[in-house]
Amino acid sequence: MTDTIVSAAVPTPSATSTSSLIHARGLTKKFGDFVAVDGIDFDVAPGESFGFLGPNGAGKTSTMRMIGAVSPLSGGTLTILGLDPTTHGPQIRARLGVVPQQDTLDTELSVRENLLIYGRYFGLSRAECAKRADELLDFAQLTERADDQVEHMSGGMKRRLTIARSLINEPDVLLLDEPTTGLDPQARHLLWDRLYRLKQRGVTLVLTTHYMDEAEQLCDRLVVMDKAKIVAEGSPRSLIEQYSTREVTELRFPVGVQETLDGQLDGLAERIERLPDRVLLYADDGEATVAAAHARGLQPEQVLVRRSSLEDVFLRLTGRSLVE
Amino acid sequence: MTSLAHPRSSVGRVFEHRYLQYRRTYRATIFSSFLTPILFLGAMGLGLGTYVDDGSGQAALGGVPYLQFLAPGLLVATCMQAAAFESAFPMMAGLRWSRIFHAMYAAPISGPDVALGNLAWIGARMLLVASVFTIVIVAFGAAASPLIVLAIPVGALTGLAFAAPIMAFCATQKTPERFNAVFRFGITPLFLFSGTFYPVESLPTLLQPLAWITPLWHGVALARGLSLGTIGEEPLLAVAHLAILLAFVVVGTWLAIRTVTNALVKG
Repeated sequence: MTDTIVSAAVPTPSATSTSSLIHARGLTKKFGDFVAVDGIDFDVAPGESFGFLGPNGAGKTSTMRMIGAVSPLSGGTLTILGLDPTTHGPQIRARLGVVPQQDTLDTELSVRENLLIYGRYFGLSRAECAKRADELLDFAQLTERADDQVEHMSGGMKRRLTIARSLINEPDVLLLDEPTTGLDPQARHLLWDRLYRLKQRGVTLVLTTHYMDEAEQLCDRLVVMDKAKIVAEGSPRSLIEQYSTREVTELRFPVGVQETLDGQLDGLAERIERLPDRVLLYADDGEATVAAAHARGLQPEQVLVRRSSLEDVFLRLTGRSLVE
Repeated sequence: MTSLAHPRSSVGRVFEHRYLQYRRTYRATIFSSFLTPILFLGAMGLGLGTYVDDGSGQAALGGVPYLQFLAPGLLVATCMQAAAFESAFPMMAGLRWSRIFHAMYAAPISGPDVALGNLAWIGARMLLVASVFTIVIVAFGAAASPLIVLAIPVGALTGLAFAAPIMAFCATQKTPERFNAVFRFGITPLFLFSGTFYPVESLPTLLQPLAWITPLWHGVALARGLSLGTIGEEPLLAVAHLAILLAFVVVGTWLAIRTVTNALVKG
């Protein structure tokens, strides 16, 4: 459905990529001796919602800046919309929408002025900027705040304005670097709803996050990054199926007891992870695991049976939890 | 879909952004643009000038009344201060604080566009500041020649001779400490020692060459020659002043393009 619209806008498909909007092979970014991105491969298809999941410092932002054609590659190949960012930076940027990790709004200007001037950077006429600004204010639910100075707005509103601003050029690809970090739950859900609508319209989304629920809500497909490398790739569901069990049983013991349980948990589940404050038992049937634990005479203080999440995938892949 | 073509006048868009910001505060700035010359020319030109002209001063100034001597110097020195300020804090804000230049760079605006657009804006602002100053000078009867009109572009050029290298320096800084030092140990002493208030020949011989290597002295000398109508007496010297100012602008602009682009690429 959306393929026709988007591919019509792709001008000169490069020889290397077939149908991908973004195509990376051996993509590398170094800062002096420090390797921020270490030879990663990925493709993003038109209309897809693609995520980079990983902890802080995994190389997500460096990757996003290379895709955004603002940071030169240190190695490998990268094409965006069939174009090479080294030679066609401004042409690529003309067709991207960017939501950076830190807001880059002009806090001295009003909400509407921020949209108007941003449209001008793309060479749009003033009349066109005004028309699009009105639509985007409506989309971001900021119409009533249109003439307020940005400085006085809440974090969630600023974030919505940043997203609205990134859409002023009707981009083919929207890049979102940690779009909801630092927002309260209500503001996050409102933002997710807006992003979901964009996805429904066929806008290609590329986002980074260290929130499991965000990746599960928004991404069709994602890669898990750790220490500058991609450690796994797939849909949220397939990653969970591949690297975790259907259910997880969390047992929390009274202080000091967990350390004395040597051997008593063995065989209760396919896999067992010991965290400082609790034990995670990976088995498809959580209730059966709980029953088996009780049958062995274990007396956990708290028991929680839940579905597996990407957090479990990350723990499995790296041995560490995602949000430190 | 957005056209593939690079917007032709990206420098103009950066200029437009500065104009949009300026529009919010222009009433206050216009007011102070008039107030500063009125206060300075009133207090120093008329007040202090009475003593200078009555004493041995007028002879040292070659028979020129102090008000006429001072006015073109103050015009250029004011441009220097305003341009230095405009090239420091807004650049720091755009690159480090609000990071709005990074937002431009995420759009099809390049590093050179950001540097040149800001310099173009500063040049335009200085033309306005110098024009207002000139109106006040004429109103005070402190211009001896109609050539004072040409002191307006000289003021703007001197402003840019400072703005470009200061912008280049600021783009390399993460915090404002060092450019505060630029103001404290650079701009303020220059304001006092570059021939604005008295001829540099009055300074100890050792200090005089210091005045010659700064753009302010060249700008002051040019503007004074125009305002007093004496510029034709030493045409080669006037050309040299102009060439030195242009050299500061050209080299400074080249450096600013490089450092601003670097700051944007580094993020």
